[in-house]
Amino acid sequence: MACSVHVASPLRDYTRGAAVVRVEGATLGQVLAELERCYPGMRFRMIDEQQRIRPHIRIFVAAREARDLAQPVAAQDSVHLICALSGG
Amino acid sequence: MALWIGTRKGAFVLRPDRQRRRWQLSGPQFLGHIVHHIVQDPRDPQTLLMAARTGHLGPTVYRSTDRGRHWAEVPGPPAFPQAGDGKSGRAVDRVFWLTPGHPEQPGVWYAGTAPAGLFRSEDAGAHWAPVSGFNEHPMFSQWAPGRGTPDGELLHSILVDPRDARHLYLAISVGGVFESTDAGANWHPLNEGVAADFLPDPNAPFGHDPHCVVLHPRQPDRLYQQNHCGIYRLDRPERRWQRIGRAMPKRIGDVGFPIVVHPHEPETAWVLPMDGSGVWPRTSIAGRPAIYETRNGGRSWRRRDHGLPRAHAWLTVLRQGMCTDGAARPGLYFGTTGGEIWASSHAAESWRCVAQHLPEIYSVTVARH
Repeated sequence: MACSVHVASPLRDYTRGAAVVRVEGATLGQVLAELERCYPGMRFRMIDEQQRIRPHIRIFVAAREARDLAQPVAAQDSVHLICALSGG
Repeated sequence: MALWIGTRKGAFVLRPDRQRRRWQLSGPQFLGHIVHHIVQDPRDPQTLLMAARTGHLGPTVYRSTDRGRHWAEVPGPPAFPQAGDGKSGRAVDRVFWLTPGHPEQPGVWYAGTAPAGLFRSEDAGAHWAPVSGFNEHPMFSQWAPGRGTPDGELLHSILVDPRDARHLYLAISVGGVFESTDAGANWHPLNEGVAADFLPDPNAPFGHDPHCVVLHPRQPDRLYQQNHCGIYRLDRPERRWQRIGRAMPKRIGDVGFPIVVHPHEPETAWVLPMDGSGVWPRTSIAGRPAIYETRNGGRSWRRRDHGLPRAHAWLTVLRQGMCTDGAARPGLYFGTTGGEIWASSHAAESWRCVAQHLPEIYSVTVARH
């Protein structure tokens, strides 16, 4: 079953401008793997080589912030990819 | 020729007319991206690589195969190996430095990262692999403990001996200069004679802070180094650096970020001193920027500030921010963190501001048309 992934604007170069895409996956790790398959290069901009979510990326699954890639994702869940940076 | 300018907010290009009097600015490309370095491949001038990231997104490399008109993200940017279960591993925060490989190794490139890591590509930058001889050296955790400058522990100044592809140098801020003579399989520190005023042991074999190291292309045994603690010269096979910055005027000192060598004259080099007193303002000294030029390998230095502001110009020029164009009568260029490009069409003789109001400039490099 596919879930909806809401894509922050800095990542939409990868999704060819799409703000919402639908991909399959039972965990956040699987969702991100499917995103990478569909949109090559996108995952590494959010997840480092040690499989950690990068410091200025926040990922919410069903409105709850995910801390790691094992977070379960249900078919009706929305996944939000958020870019968070302060300053100015 | 063209000047490629990497800034905190994107990439720009400056192209001069034949007399290098009028300059045309184009860009930005990748507006909003933090662009650390843009380098043309001298073996294949169609190819340029760009090291970039954004405030939010992780580091990557872009490649152009049409001299910078179009760019595409490479499929395998530098990344450390994944650590085993329960272990913490390094993650590349930024790709900071790009160096084309030896002329006889087309497609080979090196990259330096923060935190410190050395990476190599054999397919013109498309895929990168860690150089395990350095990144997994038994001494690596001491050479590069991960506690670097406020901007991270930077691996930079990757130098390839034009006579021998197996002979490499690199520098880490903070960590020191290191050398390999077997294509990166083994490394040793090369810091003898270099001051490290901030270390408890003045004779420490590593832990120094080289800001920029260059090798003369026509006399590769001649190295120059602008260090946090002075300006140095090394003539291989000697291993002890000589502090040629001692010949600088005392009121100026010998602190700075960049150092550039004359493309044809090994005795000629240029530095841009900055204020390293007190809390390290890192601005031009007394608000009066100047290039200092040596034409005798550092035995003496001459101030070169014709055309530069005479007062209240508190400029900072970073280590990748000054370059020469390699012409027979070489032009010299630098970019400031205040977004200005200054050019001197012959060595450091006379300076003109040829671009202003750009974002904070991280790097200035020359590309051939």
